[in-house]
Amino acid sequence: MSQKHTRRRTSYDGIVVTVPVSVAYERYSPEPAHWWLGRALSKLGESADIGAGDIDGLCASSFTLFPDTAVGLSQHFGLTPRWLDHIPTGGASGVIALRRAARAVQSGDANVVACIAGDTNHVDSFRSMLTSFSRFSQDASYPYGSGGPNGSFALMTRDYMNTYDVTREDFGKLCVAQRKNALNFPTALMKSPLSLEQYLDARRISDPITLYDCVMPCAGAEGYLVMSEDRARELRLPFARVLSTIERHNAFPDDAVQIRGGWALDKDEFWDMAGVAPCDIDLLQTYDDYPVVIAMQFEDLGFCEKGTAGEFIRANTFTTDGSFPHNTSGGQLSVGQAGAAGGYLGIVEAIRQLTGGAADNAVAGAKLAAVAGFGMINFDRGLCSAAAILAGEDA
Amino acid sequence: MTEPLKRPSKKNPQKRTVLPTLPPHARSRKALAFTAAAAEGVLKLQQCAACTHITYPPREICPKCWSMDLSWVPVSEGGELVSETTLRTSINTHFRERMPWRIGTVQLDAGPSVLAHVHGDVEAYSRVRVIARTDKSGQGVMMALPEKETPNMADDRQLRALTCDPKFRRVLITDGRTELGQAMARALADAGASIVFVGIAEAWRPYAGSAELAGIPGVEIMPLDITDTISVEELAGEIGGKTDILINTAEYVRPGGAMERDGVVTARDEMEINYFGLMRLIQAFGPGMKFRGADGDNSACAWVNLLSVYALSNWAAFGTTSASQAAAYSLSQCLRGELAGSGVKVMNVLFGPLDESWRQPLPPPKVTPKRLARTVVESLQQGLENVTLGPVAEDVVRRFREDPMVLERELTQIQLG
Repeated sequence: MSQKHTRRRTSYDGIVVTVPVSVAYERYSPEPAHWWLGRALSKLGESADIGAGDIDGLCASSFTLFPDTAVGLSQHFGLTPRWLDHIPTGGASGVIALRRAARAVQSGDANVVACIAGDTNHVDSFRSMLTSFSRFSQDASYPYGSGGPNGSFALMTRDYMNTYDVTREDFGKLCVAQRKNALNFPTALMKSPLSLEQYLDARRISDPITLYDCVMPCAGAEGYLVMSEDRARELRLPFARVLSTIERHNAFPDDAVQIRGGWALDKDEFWDMAGVAPCDIDLLQTYDDYPVVIAMQFEDLGFCEKGTAGEFIRANTFTTDGSFPHNTSGGQLSVGQAGAAGGYLGIVEAIRQLTGGAADNAVAGAKLAAVAGFGMINFDRGLCSAAAILAGEDA
Repeated sequence: MTEPLKRPSKKNPQKRTVLPTLPPHARSRKALAFTAAAAEGVLKLQQCAACTHITYPPREICPKCWSMDLSWVPVSEGGELVSETTLRTSINTHFRERMPWRIGTVQLDAGPSVLAHVHGDVEAYSRVRVIARTDKSGQGVMMALPEKETPNMADDRQLRALTCDPKFRRVLITDGRTELGQAMARALADAGASIVFVGIAEAWRPYAGSAELAGIPGVEIMPLDITDTISVEELAGEIGGKTDILINTAEYVRPGGAMERDGVVTARDEMEINYFGLMRLIQAFGPGMKFRGADGDNSACAWVNLLSVYALSNWAAFGTTSASQAAAYSLSQCLRGELAGSGVKVMNVLFGPLDESWRQPLPPPKVTPKRLARTVVESLQQGLENVTLGPVAEDVVRRFREDPMVLERELTQIQLG
């Protein structure tokens, strides 16, 4: 993973993200993924006041779209795009879609790219998805108790807690703070407050993971548009700029248990490209299926030293009205995990925060947001990591 | 410490029998090589021929040097448990019924870190021994055991799911007239089987060792003639619902090839016992065992076929017997296919010349009946499905795997001396 031949990267100057849309999640839905993705697209059209003729790029992510991909969606949705991508990176798909779309617009391959992610959740969807998630999981992890992500993250959490100074109370604090944020986010599936006592006393799922460490699978969709700043101004759309992005897959393959993500390989470039430092960030959206991954993101993105996430958690509130606002909509832990849309939740919320669209959970004066994604437990660890720094129009 | 297994209480006939459900059985084709080795109790992983890197999960290409030349090699069972969890929920019905379930990450001495089932006596972050076995779905899995034997280790719930331990199980031995059948009965009784049913055909005909056989604690002599469909069905009607392990010790062996024989009478007798006898047993006992694959601590768990290694490739010196054994071996595979999904394992024991009267002129090394019986018990305790016993059998199996066409030539060469 040598960096020495990496050329200096072109900035994303003049490229913006805009029109954050969320389709209210439902625990179970009889509608197919096509409905959820379609609804995200129609909301993009309504919000931006544009139609199919204005969108010449489409980027989609979904786990439950079978037998279709983004290709089939073009015909289903009546789009004739000249740029198309289907991104299978799960929890990293929101940031990765942004990277792809931003370059497409920057190079002139597309003018306006609709980035959408969505999944349905039928009664048996989650089980059937896990049954055939990947070849490695089928051969080498699913047969061992079929705990799904609960089991994989329990193994990571156990190892992390054994290695570093972090407690269940620390993880609980993150979950409790996210729930507090979610109470101001109208479409969060979790609507009642959560106390640390409730977190600590919750039903055990896969030691040391308990109920409130886990996300709830649900149906939902998210979307945003990528275009040039000029186009956004023409359309009178409030937007956010893209300062920097990174992605990495299968980092640190020789770690016996995953204790860090690919961000650790790329974080210097991440901050250099943006020209800002971690302390400049007003809010952070992490990928949060299980608190241990949040802790890894704090460390591996450089918000604190490796191994000090526990201390960092004890020093901040993570609420929208406190210090280090984090997962300001409540994150997947409180809003729900709508499959691939879970990988979009953070970026869509960050755009809302920077464009004045976050109503009751707005972080006052937010100008700079960092968003991270993490995805795909192919065997025993998440393979995909990604992150982006976004800036408000006036930042 | 493992709680010793309690003797299962008598089954309440009014209670519904728990039906077998399976752990996930889907695997890539590559992974079936892992399963094939696990069926023999051997932990094999892929090794790159070019750079010697050992890789897991099963791959098509070496992730270190991109050589396509990966082969399956036995690796050290040693390793260290580096993380673990106890699952309390599962989306798979089989595991959901068996929660809690302990799994962990093991850093193998061979290199890769792997997921494995974890024995209850394994201490956190300790050295472990990782075994490969087939699970109830018939697919290979790994399990981390304590490095050193612990008290009642075999009674661990998760380990017992991979093994066919005779302890507290009820066993049928299909022919007790022979030294082999009697040695088998004694070995199973010693291994803690709660009942050892021993089939005897034509009970009025005396046989050596009958008194000793009847005197073994737990042995119940049952009328059984596997050449007689009605006899087999009658016994199945009586004990088919409580036969947990069936060991087919019946065999008919005569020296000679086809040309040396006058007519097909001997060959028919061979087929009658070695092939049709097995088929009658399958038809009578198979459905009951298939239904009872998850029936508590004394569920049906294993069907054992004892076969001459010349079932793999014909040896003209025992040519027609070899042919009937080949038929039985093929039928055994059919049985494995039909029992797939029941959690009942089919164990084939391929043995070299047995030390008994019809093989008297053959030179050593030979397999004694006692040794064969002991091997069957140990293999059940280990949960194996494919067993090769004795130097002759090991030699033939090795040559067969290297190249069955060369073995065919070797076995049909002009015999010197």
